[in-house]
Amino acid sequence: MSDAYYEKIARINLSTGEIKAEPLNLELAKKFIGGRGLGTKILYDEGVATVDPLSPENKLVFITGPMTGSNSPSSGRYMVVTKSPLTGMIACANSGGIWGAKLKFAGWDALIVEGVASDWSYLYIEDDRIEILDAREYVGVLSEKFDDLLKAKHGPECSVLNIGPAGEKQVLLSCVMNDKDRAAGRSGTGAVMGSKKLKAIVVKATRKQLDVIADVEALKEANRKCLEIMKANPLTGEGLRALGTASLVNVINGIGALPTRNWQESYCPTADQFSGETLAEKYLVKPGACYHCPIACGRVIKHDDKIVGGPEYEPLWAYGSDCGNDDLYTIDEANRLCNEYGLDAIGVPCTIAAAMELYQNGCIREEDCAGVPLEWGSKEALIEWTRRMGDPQTELDWLMSSGSARLCGHYGHPEFSMSVKKQEIPAYDARAIQGIGINYATANCGAAHVRGYTIAPEVVGIPVQLDRTVTDEKAVWAKTFQDLTAVIDSMGNCLFTSFALGAPEYTALLNAATGTDYTPEQVLEIGERIFNIERMFNKAAGMKPEDDRLPKRLLEEPISNGPSKGMVSQLPLTLPQYYEARGWVNAFPTDETLKRLGLDECVGK
Amino acid sequence: MIEVRFFATLRSGRGKITEVSADEVSTAGDILRRFEIPEEEVHILLINGFHSRPEAAVKDGDIVSLFPPVGGG
Repeated sequence: MSDAYYEKIARINLSTGEIKAEPLNLELAKKFIGGRGLGTKILYDEGVATVDPLSPENKLVFITGPMTGSNSPSSGRYMVVTKSPLTGMIACANSGGIWGAKLKFAGWDALIVEGVASDWSYLYIEDDRIEILDAREYVGVLSEKFDDLLKAKHGPECSVLNIGPAGEKQVLLSCVMNDKDRAAGRSGTGAVMGSKKLKAIVVKATRKQLDVIADVEALKEANRKCLEIMKANPLTGEGLRALGTASLVNVINGIGALPTRNWQESYCPTADQFSGETLAEKYLVKPGACYHCPIACGRVIKHDDKIVGGPEYEPLWAYGSDCGNDDLYTIDEANRLCNEYGLDAIGVPCTIAAAMELYQNGCIREEDCAGVPLEWGSKEALIEWTRRMGDPQTELDWLMSSGSARLCGHYGHPEFSMSVKKQEIPAYDARAIQGIGINYATANCGAAHVRGYTIAPEVVGIPVQLDRTVTDEKAVWAKTFQDLTAVIDSMGNCLFTSFALGAPEYTALLNAATGTDYTPEQVLEIGERIFNIERMFNKAAGMKPEDDRLPKRLLEEPISNGPSKGMVSQLPLTLPQYYEARGWVNAFPTDETLKRLGLDECVGK
Repeated sequence: MIEVRFFATLRSGRGKITEVSADEVSTAGDILRRFEIPEEEVHILLINGFHSRPEAAVKDGDIVSLFPPVGGG
């Protein structure tokens, strides 16, 4: 064993209690790298695409990549891969912290969790040993306290992954938390864990570093080069540490692409009040870093008398302008509640914003709101409705917690749901930034910014500055970014490293760690293969071509204010260009494309 | 007048917002020099919300926004 894998997967059946160690299929690992790629391939092969996401037949894969836990930069990432109950398609939620690295140190490349436990349980992993333990006494316990309790029980050196009350109740906007404030945030992975009555996975490892690297010296050299590039890069070397992702609030508002009041506007005159600058001035204690990360984009803030993980750009926007709010303290508190209840801090506030538009239009009435009307900018509404969505009781609580697509569909106004594939769209207006809309429309997990972050070239100027308002070449940029992202997610490095690193650097890391001799072109082709297997999973799950769409508002309602006033998304023009670049027809790969990518098992499906 | 907005670390010692007479500057670069900001420190330069370069002309009523390296997701 000397290829950055421990070549071992644990298959845990919660229905029978059986725990099996299975060998990692190395051929598949090399073909799909690990993480997101290998996780999806496993689920595709095991027929998970057609199961009910909240049934015992769904499977949860917690999977590392070959670089997870290595000395390469920002290598603490793992992924939760499953069939999403929110979208009905593939879920591949990525998280940092240290849990993923510890799982790897314990000697496991992945865990596959099947079935459903007879009562609330958690997994305790200590190196080779895996036990299913009783979690009944922890039901309803919030994330931070739960982490403390389990550390007190199993030792401070263990790392805790868990769901909060939201996941326990199978809330569709629930997530998987780890290390208190890190989240595999999107697509409702927490609900799948809840459906299996699995409260947590606690990992303790004797090993403190990976000892299965193929070429230690080559990896050391590749790391050195990567760190040098990252240090010299203005964003990874300095910018993200100084203000975190929150620094984007003023930039995106400055170009008129900060969705406001559920995307009815795109410029917020008071955005500076919830910006990264104001966060740093008022609440920042220090930057926070995940495992082996030189970037340190995390925000550790003082909130009341507690030190907690602070909001990223996404919740700052979503609980800020998108809900007509500019009070930063309220955003901090709502974000903290998302972490405590185990909620998607994008999906939840975006759904509240949609509910506020429903309220604005008289669809939700004051008497429906149990004393907390859904008025734009209401601090009380943001806090209380977040709490209600984390622990739903009434019919409206449940509707809200199921996301904006189901909520707005219920009221006969699907156009108020700013979502794709039933997942809420992140914080960049696709009318003002043409490339990102292609990514929103086509990301296999539903609307996401982290599956092809064309904001880097279109706004931030990395690696080159593109004109955000034009469509030229954006289809190819979107495809290339999606494919490279699939590689990074599968390796176990953080996507933020790609502000500085490119395919040649990732290829050097991967080759050194796993003993392969891929070219950058071959590595990008693996990324393409991964994106295509995800798409074939979705096809098997019932995805239709019309699911690659953007909300009507982005296509037909020009931006109403700010610098980008008058713009709409040109997706009808760019989507065919994108399909052509991918070798797809009507949203799906042709057999020729599948064969080119070595996905013969998908041909004719 | 031209409104100049500073962000992130560029606010240090300059405040958040100021105005410059359009008679005194003809390009965005003139504004950078006026406030002693080296060009390489400005990662994003917006004129009225659109990416621009220091050599771009500025006129009365423009809003010029200056950002150091910022970004993320």
